[in-house]
Amino acid sequence: MMALKLALRNLFGAGLRTWLNVIVLSFSYVIIIWYQGLIDGWNLQARRDMIAWEIAGGQYWQKNYDPYDPFTLENSHSRIPAGLSDNNTAPLLISQGTIYPEGRIQAVLLKGIRKDQQVIRIPSDKLIVENGEIPVIIGTRMAKNNKLETGDYLTMRWRDVNGTFDATEVRIAAIFKTDVPTIDNGQIWLSLEHLQKMLQLEGEATLIITGPELAGTKAFSGWDFKSQDFLLADLDQIIKQKSIGGSVMYILLLMLAMLAIFDTQVLSIFRRQKEIGTFVALGMTRGQVVKLFTVEGGLISVLAAMAGAVYGIPLLILQHHEGYAMPYETDDLGITIAEKIYPTYSLGLIAGTIVVIMITATIVSYMPARKIAKMNPTDAIKGKIQ
Amino acid sequence: MENSSIIFIEGMTKRFPVGRGFFTALNQISLSFSEGEFAGLVGPSGSGKTTLLNIIGSLDMPTEGKTLVMDKSISELTHKQAAKLRNRYLGFIFQTYNLFPVYTVFENVEFPLLLLKMPVSERKKAVMDALDWVGLTDKINSKPAQLSGGESQRVAIARAMVKKPIIVLADEPTANLDSANSHNILQTMERLNKELKTTFIFATHDEKVINYLHRQISLEDGKVVNDETVRSKISSN
Repeated sequence: MMALKLALRNLFGAGLRTWLNVIVLSFSYVIIIWYQGLIDGWNLQARRDMIAWEIAGGQYWQKNYDPYDPFTLENSHSRIPAGLSDNNTAPLLISQGTIYPEGRIQAVLLKGIRKDQQVIRIPSDKLIVENGEIPVIIGTRMAKNNKLETGDYLTMRWRDVNGTFDATEVRIAAIFKTDVPTIDNGQIWLSLEHLQKMLQLEGEATLIITGPELAGTKAFSGWDFKSQDFLLADLDQIIKQKSIGGSVMYILLLMLAMLAIFDTQVLSIFRRQKEIGTFVALGMTRGQVVKLFTVEGGLISVLAAMAGAVYGIPLLILQHHEGYAMPYETDDLGITIAEKIYPTYSLGLIAGTIVVIMITATIVSYMPARKIAKMNPTDAIKGKIQ
Repeated sequence: MENSSIIFIEGMTKRFPVGRGFFTALNQISLSFSEGEFAGLVGPSGSGKTTLLNIIGSLDMPTEGKTLVMDKSISELTHKQAAKLRNRYLGFIFQTYNLFPVYTVFENVEFPLLLLKMPVSERKKAVMDALDWVGLTDKINSKPAQLSGGESQRVAIARAMVKKPIIVLADEPTANLDSANSHNILQTMERLNKELKTTFIFATHDEKVINYLHRQISLEDGKVVNDETVRSKISSN
């Protein structure tokens, strides 16, 4: 209690020096929480978008389907089981194809989806047949890379189940905007009925996306259920990598803050050695002096948390609502990034950051304070220690 | 002699390592002090008076010999025990005042009482009494930087006296003061010596201080060359 009282007295008495330290450390609190919140917000948004646009409650994969091996696509199709054909599912038939935008050859994945599906957010309802044309929809990345616009016509070639090549002209019925590049880049979406007919695979699909109610509740012969966790594993891996990068940033920011405290404490020892010698002469034990300096360092982190809260809370809330606009180039990174990321700050993040900074600040203050214990008080009183 | 003394020193030597050898700062010192003395260690620079004062104040350890302060052997004290001894029985006054720059006058004087864990109400009264002794009750909220040299040293006296110690050790207390202020603080200390029976031991070579002393112990090259009881040439009464 005495150490706390004296530490407070010393800190408030030191005035500007204390407040400079407090403000610098408060920046660390706010920046660390904002940065981690941004990554957490990105992660949350990426997972949410992938579930909404691609994964839903989970997927049944035809047993030969391997998304990383396009050569398996030829054999990755089976008849849609009766129990997986209701409105709570979205069967997808996937095949390789080629398009010829502006005379160039472009390999694509053809994905057939039911027009009336409501399991994922692909605007499949735009696949309306007009004048006997085959409507297709594409994502904005695909449109941009191939200079395609709504209403454009496109020659599309494919090979059916018997290995026979065929081609037709399709019309871009709509261009959708999604944050999930894995359903956009190099992909043409058309109606399931059309693709089944083109491939001569009536009633068949490569995978079946299910709503959350159905997810994995039943087993179907020849189909393997892939849970959300499995399907998000790649994203989780990317998130993990990002988290490592985030941790490096976290540690760097923390180290900068701690360096400031350490530096201040070391300077304090030498600048305040006369004061320390007087403390000892007046009856303070070495342990009490060490405690006093350690508490001073710890208190700086407490005051910094309070100062950080004053300006940090409104700033962080504003960012949470307004979002952080990602640079245009991030659209081409191939990972799920929204145009704007809305940082999320969990209680764990805030409490964890505060506790970590406070503990580290206290340890960092303790280390130079220990040096005090070795000071010769008679030299310290005269300010003779170098 | 040992039993009636508050400080008893016998055959005490202090050596400091210098290069590969030693420098003998105090050589076979034997002295004793009784309660209520107003004594001074007098001698030129390097004669060993500050070293002797530091050893009496348990801030330093003798190399050899016996040094008892309040019946505690200085050379056998742990750091904690030494701190306790200083806290309970000793007050210090320094040449450069050594006030805490960020504390107010009140807080500076209050500091030793915080270490004694004295209750707030008693603490406040004791601080005000101490500031009253030195005539600084109107400066309680001032910071040391706002005080003159004489006022600063009076605050240092109040801080040394606030816990009513048995012994006050004053190292060149007037070295940074002009003549008028020197006399003022010496008169204050002499008065406190009489009123509270506090033992004052000075380390000084200042003629103004020497004139107030009731006992002069002359040191030269670490040895006591003269120890005499004198009648103060100047008295506050």
